[in-house]
Amino acid sequence: MSVPAHWMTDVVSSAAGEVPTVATSLTASDRLGAWRVRWGVGRMRFRVSPGLYAAGTPDDASPVLVTANYKLSFDALRRELGGADAWMLVLDTQGVNVWCAAGKGTFGTIEVIRRVLETDLADVVSHRTLVLPQLGAPGVAAYDVHAATGFRVVYGPVRAADVPAFLSAGMKATAEMRRVTFTLRERLVLTPVELAIAWRPKTLLALAVVVLLSGVGGWGFSTDAMVRRGAFTALAALAAVLAGGFVTPALLPWIPGRAFSLKGALVGLLFSIAVIAVVGSAGIRPNMFGGAAIVLGVTAAASYLAMNFTGATPVASPSGVTWEMRRALPFQVSAAALAVVAWVVSAFLGVTP
Amino acid sequence: MRYIDGVVSLKLDESACVGCRLCTEVCPHAVFEMQDRKAVIRDRDACMECGACAMNCAAGAITVEAGVGCAAAIINGWLRGTEPDCDVGCCS
Repeated sequence: MSVPAHWMTDVVSSAAGEVPTVATSLTASDRLGAWRVRWGVGRMRFRVSPGLYAAGTPDDASPVLVTANYKLSFDALRRELGGADAWMLVLDTQGVNVWCAAGKGTFGTIEVIRRVLETDLADVVSHRTLVLPQLGAPGVAAYDVHAATGFRVVYGPVRAADVPAFLSAGMKATAEMRRVTFTLRERLVLTPVELAIAWRPKTLLALAVVVLLSGVGGWGFSTDAMVRRGAFTALAALAAVLAGGFVTPALLPWIPGRAFSLKGALVGLLFSIAVIAVVGSAGIRPNMFGGAAIVLGVTAAASYLAMNFTGATPVASPSGVTWEMRRALPFQVSAAALAVVAWVVSAFLGVTP
Repeated sequence: MRYIDGVVSLKLDESACVGCRLCTEVCPHAVFEMQDRKAVIRDRDACMECGACAMNCAAGAITVEAGVGCAAAIINGWLRGTEPDCDVGCCS
């Protein structure tokens, strides 16, 4: 470790040399970093160096808590360790959180074994127990870690906030600590990155091209048409992203249906009607084809975006996602294609847009 | 919150179970429970196919097609003829 990070406060000595101590409270800089990555800024560079760290003043009997080197994961754990004396063993998950890294296998058996050996953990502690986050289990075969290192794996709670209670109960997790939740707050914190992914530069560029094309119609090119048609088209795009990327994830359990594509389509349909009402109140009345384009386009796009949120949830099985995609994609693609046709046709009906 | 019923690939061979209970510990949806010192599937449709149970079943009694449950990743896989691959955004 060349430059000490701002969250390193000291060092403690161990049988395997000096180990950096970490702060157990977060600073403004940690919080700003967290906010930035939630919006998708520099997310893949938000890492800490893998290795061994100390919280408090651990000794050879202190527990070893294993985590990922995504800084949000690392921070979530260390801020719960105020008052505890524990070792933190940070795996190299290439800056990916525990759950996703376990799915990919980087939070995995081999990496646990490698990190235990590389840090001479067997010299640092006299016991032979590793506490892994429960959500790391998809990547780690506990019996293989034991066979290779002599360390027994104990799966700790799902949430870092439960770690102190888990430790003081003698490494026993309650049934509640073992259940993953997906509360409104947990869903909301994931939505900014969905919105950020939707609003890439190329999305904005495509939107600009569409607004320009809005001026073209049976009338030739008209700036007035561009403003009017461009306005409702841009508003429709915004509505689709909000419906599928924000409102559907936020209200997920309360929207009828099981399939995310269906939930997204329902919200998209309501939003498309709202768009027509809003532009109507501003004196812009799309003709029948223009209206159809909005309804079909917003519904299809919101349905697709909502379907994509499956990957961010701890409830959707890949078999279920495949099941709904095989059924929803044909509808989404045809509705989007019909929306484009209707949008073009609407420009050639009547004299005014 | 419940997802789509009747689609998951989770299978448990109860005769192979040695009763170590690890599947009941690692499952974040309490899919398994112990009955007469053997694991049984209590709520199959709650399974999200994360693979934690199968990975930690030393007896090899559990199989599940674990994978990435993200639509964009699955489309990527279809287009390239590979496994679902999330190099497009959220999980990369």
